[in-house]
Amino acid sequence: MNFQEIRNNFRDKKVSAKELTEESLKKAKDKSDLNAFISHFEEYALERASYIDTNFDQYIDKPLGGIPIAHKDIFCTDGRKTTCASKMLENFVPPYESTVTKNCNNAGSIMIGKTNMDEFAMGSSNETSFFGPVKNPWDDSLVPGGSSGGSAACVAADITTISTGTDTGGSIRQPAALCGITGLKPTYGLVSRWGMIAFCSSMDQAGPIARDAFACSALLNAMASYDDKDSTCSKRESVDYEKGLSKDFGKLKIGVLKGVENLGISEEVLKAYESSKKILEQLGHSFVELDFTELSSGICSYYVIAPAECSSNLSRFDGIKYGYRSEAKNLSELYLKTRAEGFGDEVQKRILIGSYVLSAGFYDAYYRKAQKVRRMIKSKFDEFFMDVDLVFLPTTLDQAFEMNRESSDPNRMYKEDLLTIPANLAGLPAMSLPNGFSKNLPIGVQFVGNYFSEELLLNTAHKMQEVTDWHKMTP
Amino acid sequence: MAQNDTLINGWQPVIGLEIHVQLQTNTKLFSPAKNQFGEEANTLVDLIDMGLPGVLPVLNDGAVKQGIAFGLATNAEIAKTMVFDRKNYFYPDLPKGYQITQLHYPIVKNGVVDVEGKQVRIHQAHLEEDAGKSMHDIYDSESVVDLNRSGVPLLEIVSEPDIRSAQEAVKYLKKIHQIITYLDISDGDMSQGSMRCDANVSIMQPDDKEFGIRAEIKNINSFRFVEKAINFEIKRQIKVLESGDKVEQETRLYDSIKDETRSMRTKEFANDYRYFPCPDLVPYEISKDLVKKVNDNLSELPEEKQKRLMETHNLNEYDAGVLCADKSTADFFEEVVKEADAELTAKWIIGDLNALLNKNDISLKESKVEAANFSKLIQNISDNTISGKIAKDVLDEVWQSGEDVAKIIEGQGMQQISDEGELEKIIDKILAENTSQVEAYKSGKEKLFGFFVGQVMKATQGKANPGLVNQLLKKKLN
Repeated sequence: MNFQEIRNNFRDKKVSAKELTEESLKKAKDKSDLNAFISHFEEYALERASYIDTNFDQYIDKPLGGIPIAHKDIFCTDGRKTTCASKMLENFVPPYESTVTKNCNNAGSIMIGKTNMDEFAMGSSNETSFFGPVKNPWDDSLVPGGSSGGSAACVAADITTISTGTDTGGSIRQPAALCGITGLKPTYGLVSRWGMIAFCSSMDQAGPIARDAFACSALLNAMASYDDKDSTCSKRESVDYEKGLSKDFGKLKIGVLKGVENLGISEEVLKAYESSKKILEQLGHSFVELDFTELSSGICSYYVIAPAECSSNLSRFDGIKYGYRSEAKNLSELYLKTRAEGFGDEVQKRILIGSYVLSAGFYDAYYRKAQKVRRMIKSKFDEFFMDVDLVFLPTTLDQAFEMNRESSDPNRMYKEDLLTIPANLAGLPAMSLPNGFSKNLPIGVQFVGNYFSEELLLNTAHKMQEVTDWHKMTP
Repeated sequence: MAQNDTLINGWQPVIGLEIHVQLQTNTKLFSPAKNQFGEEANTLVDLIDMGLPGVLPVLNDGAVKQGIAFGLATNAEIAKTMVFDRKNYFYPDLPKGYQITQLHYPIVKNGVVDVEGKQVRIHQAHLEEDAGKSMHDIYDSESVVDLNRSGVPLLEIVSEPDIRSAQEAVKYLKKIHQIITYLDISDGDMSQGSMRCDANVSIMQPDDKEFGIRAEIKNINSFRFVEKAINFEIKRQIKVLESGDKVEQETRLYDSIKDETRSMRTKEFANDYRYFPCPDLVPYEISKDLVKKVNDNLSELPEEKQKRLMETHNLNEYDAGVLCADKSTADFFEEVVKEADAELTAKWIIGDLNALLNKNDISLKESKVEAANFSKLIQNISDNTISGKIAKDVLDEVWQSGEDVAKIIEGQGMQQISDEGELEKIIDKILAENTSQVEAYKSGKEKLFGFFVGQVMKATQGKANPGLVNQLLKKKLN
């Protein structure tokens, strides 16, 4: 059953929140081999479900009423462990609730657990987690993508119908593509970052992960809100994305990349991309070829700016106030040992890169230049959107890959984000949806929209999903 | 040239000050925690001040307004857009591992203040958050941190190197103190750390085109120490240069007990703060409307107050200037003269009260002298209840105990004797006891008049109304 059917059944009292929760909890247990979760909250979830059943009338109209959900372990949950998949926060219990999880609670969802992820959201394969890698539900020798790998695997394996993720360079869209589900990275500033542990503050954005666009729209209705605790949060009238699905946006002009075949994208992914274009054509949309030669410089810019911000954002993990603390004889040893033992290799690598590009004498050559490239990419998109309604391109270069690829080719992992990063650099909304299969593995494709065009993105994806079945496939 | 006065052994000192001022906002710069001094440790701490994972800063508009007010008071440029940066370094009292400050786009730029006729330029003033407080002497083997101060708003005021002597530096610092207290944006209390000062000091030959290499002296926490620390540093640099060595660019710490500066870290070990724009705070636009609003509500500045006191209370420029040097004194004066005579009040504040303050080295606020009480003292002088001489004794008593003036006068029988009949009796008695002096006076020794006055005062313990005594004596002797 999909999200909409489950919610209807709950609303029609054909199924209780408690039954739905018990089912999700059972599936989570049965599929524990996937390692999709860091924490399970069985007792809490059942209590909460009973509460919702008892107070049914309050929840019947809520977008997520009675629906079990899994939250990426990057969102602080009051009184409940939040680890960011790091040894540094292995036993950290926040004394406050993130806006995203609070909004989801208020929308009637039931948190059954916190999902596994790349440590501090740094990675594209979910292998950097201190709690071990997550397996791809389609093939357990393959990665689910990252960093929201646990959230994606959880939905793909049908443990829950919805989960939350965060996307700094593709961390919602890439695992969605690799797991055959749908995920949306909203416009920077649509969803509050309060209580979401920061990796790269200027790009981090939380968003919905679900099987289909319908569920994404319901989840986004819950997640998006103006929040005066986040100065980068946008103050605007709220939109009912679910309602927006039935709107008619007419025939769209969709931008496609000139020379997309030369970007190193696999044959299977390209084939699926071409056939999706046909479907869009059948839906009455037309294409405009876009010249986006700057695309590949995005990755260079990203891997300067993101580490720079992360090196600063992660400075607070010093063993003084909370989190992991190493035994040490003096202060500088405390810092060095705590951070050397508490952070994994990938995180340390990025802190090093970030500290380097910000240091005196290198700032102009790296950080300033990277910001220039970032502005260039942003203005390129501004230019595109004068002409087109959406940009359409594959989400990933290839399908799910084998574990431990990193060790043989470290740069390949960074290149993984080539097609997702531009939206983050520009702060634009982007959405990945499944659009094909090859070798029994899913493939994803994405739309990038103009600022705050989530309604159009969800509507377009939804209309595609009305005439295709890729999103209904389960492992 | 006036500048030559500032040469020491032929060397020209060049000084710039960085002054940190804690702003008096209700809440902290980026969190809703209260901004207060002297509370129990770690009781004024929000999640944001602890640097918990996932928290975000939200700028306090009150601090922005206070920054703008300072800019307006120093004829500076107010930024149209200001940007906050992160200054990254590790220390236990810095919970986030970085301080949010302003590097390239500060709230205030290019100001100027008049220091006794000399213009000292302000390079910039920027908003930043204070760190917590590390304490190493509470427990034997552990250091502890109090985060009450973490996130308290600071305005860092950076002067150009326009200052040429330690004395001038103190005058400039006092001027800044005067401005911030008049604007009521800080209490400027150096002993509590709400105003702190670092000094950049170098020396050069008067005809050199470039400044010498400077040392930065940190941790100077009183006006007196500013002068001492800078003078020590000037002498040290002269010694270094005259012995043929080079002054090192370094940070030095002032030790007020030994009265010396010591090297803290040299340039090679200087921190690389890896500044970059804080991505959690979008560039902040300061609208013309906001600046106008602050300007419309700007507190009276020292020069304005001085002018007003001269006009409304008929004071001379000097007296008004002395009263307005310190805002609390000027406010005190205005409070006192609600009921008391202005000229007499000015005379007593500038004279006896200031003398007591200087002698005891405390501020008016710290003393036990309250405006209403002081006003009674002046009124009692005006209406001849007590003489000026007795008034000094009463003021001493007020200084010691803070006791009500009326009670002191009554309790110790200090009222002036202005009863003619009573005084006549006393005078008659004295004249009768000193017949030979009366004879001598009458035969032309007029200087003896003072002797008689003295005798009356002695007999009345100084309480006799002097005017009346003069009058009565003259009547009886002539």
